[in-house]
Amino acid sequence: MTNSKNMSIQKLLYTLQIADNALILGHRISEWCGHGPVLEQDIAITNTALDHLGQARSLYQYAATQFNALNQEEKKGLFVSSALQSLIAQGKLLDEDDLAYLRDGWDFRNVWLVEQPNKDWAYTVARSFLYDCFNYFFYTELRNSKDETLAAIAEKSLKEVTYHIRWSSEWVIRLGDGTEESHKRMQQAINDRWAYTGELVKMSEADTAMLAEGVGVDLNAIASQWQERVASVIEEATLTIPQDTWMQEGGKEGRHTEHLGYILAELQFMQRAYPNMEW
Amino acid sequence: MSQQTVNKAEWPLWEVFIRSKAGLDHKHAGSLHAADAQMAMENARDVYTRRMEGVSIWVVESKYVHASDPGEADSMYEPANDKIYRHPTFYDLPDELKHM
Repeated sequence: MTNSKNMSIQKLLYTLQIADNALILGHRISEWCGHGPVLEQDIAITNTALDHLGQARSLYQYAATQFNALNQEEKKGLFVSSALQSLIAQGKLLDEDDLAYLRDGWDFRNVWLVEQPNKDWAYTVARSFLYDCFNYFFYTELRNSKDETLAAIAEKSLKEVTYHIRWSSEWVIRLGDGTEESHKRMQQAINDRWAYTGELVKMSEADTAMLAEGVGVDLNAIASQWQERVASVIEEATLTIPQDTWMQEGGKEGRHTEHLGYILAELQFMQRAYPNMEW
Repeated sequence: MSQQTVNKAEWPLWEVFIRSKAGLDHKHAGSLHAADAQMAMENARDVYTRRMEGVSIWVVESKYVHASDPGEADSMYEPANDKIYRHPTFYDLPDELKHM
């Protein structure tokens, strides 16, 4: 593989990494639609799901453009999904929907944190909070990317993410510094989600390659910002930072927890069962 | 006692006022439930400004709004009905004054 080929593939994988986080978290959050604890929060959290979905769309559109520019050999080697392989063999160009609906679990590069189940409100808030704190600093940096499309997507997304981090921090504080029961359950949720946070700031091959190109973000720099922000909110919430240092990982390499399969089954069913179906 | 428990569990009601663009007045948009002012503000943002309805929000806890009594409507408003001279429609305006 020559260096330039390598870089276009790395950029595509990098774009998919960001897009998959947005799609899978957006889908998870959308499961609350119609089930929120109160009407106002049902609308609030569903708005957030749509923000993530909108970000995913922009990123998948860009990823599809990058994919279509690869040569046939490169295209064949990228995804295990047989549905995609058959489109590629027919020489079809891919679009955002193909990337969202036709890739298999192995092809998804989202972190494990975002695929974890909603469980209750505290677990949902904990997952969003830990992710939003990362996402906020990530998009802040990505605005400086040498890649103009990624920089523009980051610029637009950051406004949404700034509200997300405000919303989820507010709930961590509200529940942590609330009743004895809410404090206990918020702490438990933070503890249980904690092992999935290391992967957020761990450099994958694509992360490293894109950082070197001036396209990607230095996650090591994000790590300390993330820690500081998380610690200050957790302290205000009268909660404690978990002391576990054992971290789970694998999502950026396409290895996932059992939950992703169930998400994809629901998310992709319609397009898999009725290809090219439209509303 | 049970009444108290219900009140404790329910978040208070808030009235929401939205300014649709700079220079216009805040108008009453509706109401919502929230635990405190900050949550009321965020809920108002999510419930009432999703479709670009506003650029500014006021929230006021409903208990602080004092309303007139509908039973007193006769004495409050009817006396104004036959006092059309209170409208400035009886003045002859010079032609130079347009748009009045």
